[in-house]
Amino acid sequence: MKNIVLEAKNLSFEYPGDEDTKPVSALRDVSFAIEEGSFTAILGHNGSGKSTLAKLLCMIYQPTAGQILLNGRDMTAEGITEKDIMDARREIGMVFQNPDNQIVATVVEEDVAFGCENLGIPSAEIRRRVDEALEIVGMRKYARHAPHKLSGGQKQRVAIAGTIAMKRKIIIFDESTAMLDPLGRKEVMDTILRLNKEDGITVLIITHYMNEAAMADRVIVMNEGKILTDGTPGEVFSQPEPLWEVGLDVPQTTEILYKLKKDGYDVPLDVFEPEQCARIIAQALERGRS
Amino acid sequence: MKSDIAFGQYCEGDSLLHRLDPRAKIVLAVLYIVVIFLAESVASFGLLLLFSAGLVAVSGISPRIVLGSMKALTFIIIFTAVINIFWMQGETLLFALGPVEVYLEGIVNAVLIVLRIMLLLICTSMFLTYTTTPIALTDGIEQLLAPLNRIHVPVHEFAMMMSIALRFIPTLIEETEKIMNAQKARGADFTEGNLLQRAKALIPILVPLFVSAFRRADELATAMECRCYTGGAGRTRMSVLRYDWKDFAAIGTVVLLGAAVVVLNILVPGIGLAM
Ligand SMILES: Nc1ncnc2c1ncn2[C@@H]1O[C@H](COP(=O)(O)OP(=O)(O)OP(=O)(O)O)[C@@H](O)[C@H]1O
Ligand SMILES: [Mg+2]
Repeated sequence: MKNIVLEAKNLSFEYPGDEDTKPVSALRDVSFAIEEGSFTAILGHNGSGKSTLAKLLCMIYQPTAGQILLNGRDMTAEGITEKDIMDARREIGMVFQNPDNQIVATVVEEDVAFGCENLGIPSAEIRRRVDEALEIVGMRKYARHAPHKLSGGQKQRVAIAGTIAMKRKIIIFDESTAMLDPLGRKEVMDTILRLNKEDGITVLIITHYMNEAAMADRVIVMNEGKILTDGTPGEVFSQPEPLWEVGLDVPQTTEILYKLKKDGYDVPLDVFEPEQCARIIAQALERGRS
Repeated sequence: MKSDIAFGQYCEGDSLLHRLDPRAKIVLAVLYIVVIFLAESVASFGLLLLFSAGLVAVSGISPRIVLGSMKALTFIIIFTAVINIFWMQGETLLFALGPVEVYLEGIVNAVLIVLRIMLLLICTSMFLTYTTTPIALTDGIEQLLAPLNRIHVPVHEFAMMMSIALRFIPTLIEETEKIMNAQKARGADFTEGNLLQRAKALIPILVPLFVSAFRRADELATAMECRCYTGGAGRTRMSVLRYDWKDFAAIGTVVLLGAAVVVLNILVPGIGLAM
C-alpha cells in the first residue's frame, strides 16, 4: 500500500453566523485518505462544500470538529503553532478559480518567486526554481511579461508555477479551469496531469467538468457537506442514478453506455476515452442486443 | 491598450538613466533637489539648465514630452511670476504703474524662481518617473527606507500596498470598462446631461466596482496567506538590487555639480535670487 500523505478524519465545519444569519453548516463528518502521488477529483454541485473542504485542508480555516493529518501529523491538535502551519504550507498548496485574484506581482517571474521569497529561500536558489517552474508550465518565454496581458490559461499556469516553485508535494486546484475557454482549460489540465504523472505531485482537483474527473484515479462526490460516493471513476460513474438524483452529470461517454446497457446491449460502463467508447458502441451495435 | 495609461509616465528605454539602480536614482533626485536650492546666481542657474538639458539628452526621451509635462505647471508658474514681479522691492526701478513698482530685481527673481520650479520638475521626472518603472521605484523606496523598520515604521507593508495597487490598476480599469459596457447595454448614458446627472450615472458603475474590488481583496489575501506570506520579516527577494560603478559615478557627478554651483554663486554673484 502506498503512503498516506493527507487524511481527513470526521471533518466538520460551520461558517459562524452573525446577528442576522444563522451559522451555516458546510461540512459534516467528512473522512478520506489521500495516497502519495495520487490524482483525486472532487465533484459536487454548487454549495456542496468543496471549496470549504479545500480551505480546511490548506489550513485557511480551522475545522469545528475532526482532524486533518498531513504526513501523519495532526494539524488540528493542541499546540500546533503558526509556524507549524507555515511549515505545512510548504507541503500543501492551492490554486484558486480566478487567476486574477491570486497574482500578486506586476511581472510574471516576480509572481512565481513570491512564495519562495516568503519562505526566505536564498536569491540564487529562487532564481533557479523560478526558471525551472516556468519551464514546467511552458511559460518561460513570458517571464518578463506583465500578468494582466496574458490569457486566462496563461495566468493560471503562472499561478501553478508559483506553487511548484515552492516544491510542494500536494496541490489542490479549486475549479482552476472554470473561468477558462476550452483551449485554456486543456493547457491547464495538461499541466496538472504532467505534474502528477511526471513529477509525482499529489493532486486534488475540484471540478464541474466530468471529463476532467474521469482522468483522475479516484473520484469523491460531495453532496450537502457530506461524501456521497468515493471510488475510481469507473466505480462512481457506473452507478449514475445517485449522481443524477443530486443533480450531477456523469461523463457523456458513461451516459450513452449506460443507456445502451439499459436497452439490453452488453457494454462496459467505465470507458471514458471517446475514441475507445465509439469503438465499443460500434461493436456492441454490430453484435446486437443480448 | 487603454490600461497602459495607468502605468504612470514611464518611457520604455535602455539609456544610462534607465539602467541606474532605483535607489541611486532616488538619492540622485534628492541630491539634485538640494543642488537646485543651492543655486542663487544667474550663472549657477545657467549651469543647472545645461546639466538638465544634458540629462534629457542622455535619457533619450523626446524633449517635447518633457516640455509638454510643464503644461501642468502653467498656473503655478504664472502665479509666482506675477507675485515676484509686482511685489518685490529692489534698487533698479524700471517703471511704476500707479502704486505698483516694478524693479529689475523683481523680474530676475521671477525668472529664476520659475526656472527653479521647472528644474525641480525636470529632475524628478528624469530620475524617477520617466526612467524608472513604478515597481522598481517601490522596491527602491522599500530598501532605502528599510532601516526605519527598526523604529517600527511598516515600510515593507507600505511597499507591498503600493505594488499590489500597481498590479491591480489595469485589472480594475478593465473591470470598469466591462461594467460601463454592461450599464450602457441597459441604456445608461454617461455622456449627456449636466454635471449632477453625469455624476449620478456613475453610481451604478462605482457600486459594483467597489463590491468587486473588496471581493478581490479578500480572495487575494487568502491566496497570499496560502503562499506563506506573513509580512516582511524573514522574507528574501529573488532580484536583489546592486549598486555598481555607474551609480557611484552618477552620485559623484551630482555632488560635484553642487560644489560647482556654490562656487559659481560666490565667484559670479551678479543679480541673484533674493529668497
Ligand atoms: N464565507 C462564507 N460565509 C458563510 N457561508 C459560506 C461562506 N462560504 C461558503 N459558505 C456556505 O458554505 C456552503 C459550502 O460552500 P462552498 O463554497 O464550500 O461550496 P462549493 O462546493 O465550493 O460550491 P461551488 O461549486 O459553487 O464553488 C454553502 O452553503 C455556502 O453558502
Ligand atoms: Mg467552490
